[in-house]
Amino acid sequence: MEKLLNEFSLGLFVWQSLLFILLLLLLRKFAWKPILNAVNEREEGIKNALAEADKARQEMQNINADNERILKEARAERDTMLKEARDIKNSMIEEAKEEAKAQANKLVEQARTTIQNEKLAAITELKNQVAELSINIAEKVVKEELSNKDKQLKLVDQMLDEVKLN
Amino acid sequence: MQRKFTLNLLTFLLVLISFPSFAQHNEEHSEKTEIQNLSQEELDKAERKEYIKHHLLDSYDFNLFSYTTDKGEKKHIGFSLPIILWDNGLQIFSSSKFHHGEAIAEHNGNYYKLYHNKIYKTDTEGSISYDEEHHPINEKPLDFSITKSVVMIFITAVLMFLLFTSLAKSYVANNGIAKGIGRFFEPIVLYIRDDIAIPNIGENKYKKYMPYLLTIFFFIWFLNIFGLTPLGVNVTGNIAITFALALLTFLITNFTGTKDYWKHIFDPLGDSMPWYGKLPLYIILIPIEVLGMFIKPFSLLIRLYANMQAGHIVLMSLIGLMFFFKSWLGSPLSFGLAFAISLIEVLVALLQAYIFTMLSALYFGFASEDHSHHEEEAHAH
Repeated sequence: MEKLLNEFSLGLFVWQSLLFILLLLLLRKFAWKPILNAVNEREEGIKNALAEADKARQEMQNINADNERILKEARAERDTMLKEARDIKNSMIEEAKEEAKAQANKLVEQARTTIQNEKLAAITELKNQVAELSINIAEKVVKEELSNKDKQLKLVDQMLDEVKLN
Repeated sequence: MQRKFTLNLLTFLLVLISFPSFAQHNEEHSEKTEIQNLSQEELDKAERKEYIKHHLLDSYDFNLFSYTTDKGEKKHIGFSLPIILWDNGLQIFSSSKFHHGEAIAEHNGNYYKLYHNKIYKTDTEGSISYDEEHHPINEKPLDFSITKSVVMIFITAVLMFLLFTSLAKSYVANNGIAKGIGRFFEPIVLYIRDDIAIPNIGENKYKKYMPYLLTIFFFIWFLNIFGLTPLGVNVTGNIAITFALALLTFLITNFTGTKDYWKHIFDPLGDSMPWYGKLPLYIILIPIEVLGMFIKPFSLLIRLYANMQAGHIVLMSLIGLMFFFKSWLGSPLSFGLAFAISLIEVLVALLQAYIFTMLSALYFGFASEDHSHHEEEAHAH
């Protein structure tokens, strides 16, 4: 201990304290503060940059998800549109078929009625012609028959017989 | 609480261990007077011992090396430094007047003599009178000389200032990225912040202590490294230097101490016990805590001093062995050993700076702890 005290030099102690405190103050102002601030700022910057990158990635993911969703929606829409179109086509064909059938039926019906009418007309005409022909034939027969008196009498007799029979 | 007590105990033990080595040095004093009637070899040995001892001390001139000419005349290569004394007014003269302690310096009618590396006021003859224990009783003027150590401190301070202001500037000039030598120092600065200051002091309060921790780390480290150069300075191995550094740590610790810090010292048990229970304990506890306040920085100053001093002694002794052996086997062996030890000393230089900074940060951590820490502890129990 005595050696320690003997070695202790007040002058050196004073110089050391003085120079060290001066150095501390100077360094604090001109070196440590700027250095620590710069380092802090840089670290803050890195942190921010990382956070921003993360955010950007998140956004990118969101956009991707959005795209996916929109694509899906579009696809779905296309599908529904196609389906609708198919349905419309089908229904149109169906309708057309229906209509065509109805038209055909109508035509057939019309044809049938026309045929019926024509037939009736033809039958009537035929009847009339047959009647005329029969009358003509009858006229000729009657003219033939009535040309002799016996025959006329005979006919009258015959007719009368018939009436009597009735 | 537990941790702190063990720490105090440890530092106390450390201090105890350090003492015997100093006691040994004292004995050398009496041996020296008997040197006259010894052989040449023993004289050489004594001279080397004296040289090592001299090297470990501060000196009034910057001596690079010295040799003895053929005529037996001692030559010193180096430069003188100013002597500044306060002796009835400021006395400034060059240290060359002492002729390396061989002459009596005269200035303004006063005579001064260098005796055991201290300046004493004497008469024209340079006579020194002693008391019974062989201590000089001559008047010692107040000595503020620019010694070798002061020069080295100044050089280190200028170097540090230039180095770190250039680092600070490189951030501005280079868009927040260090350049040049700063690339080497920046990780160290960050290490001190992230691994010394923040873990020991805490995220909220470390900023206040950062300038001191950084300055003290680089200051000690640089001076330790300078001590290993052939310049032969032993600044951090000087008790006045380590005392000044430890004193600053002590002052900062106690001036920034929070209410909880003082409560820890004067009321360590808090509300865990009624006052009549605490009283007998406190008769022992408070003196221990108060003693701890002083022992902590004292251990800092002794540790740094003893480590650097010991390193220099070992290194110089090994170098001295080369001249002692003067053989083909012994000298290279001691050279190799000296080389290995200097490599270890490079590590020690860094380690001691780290320990000083680390422990200072730890003490600041104690000083700046606040209540939240207490509550955490209370919950943990």
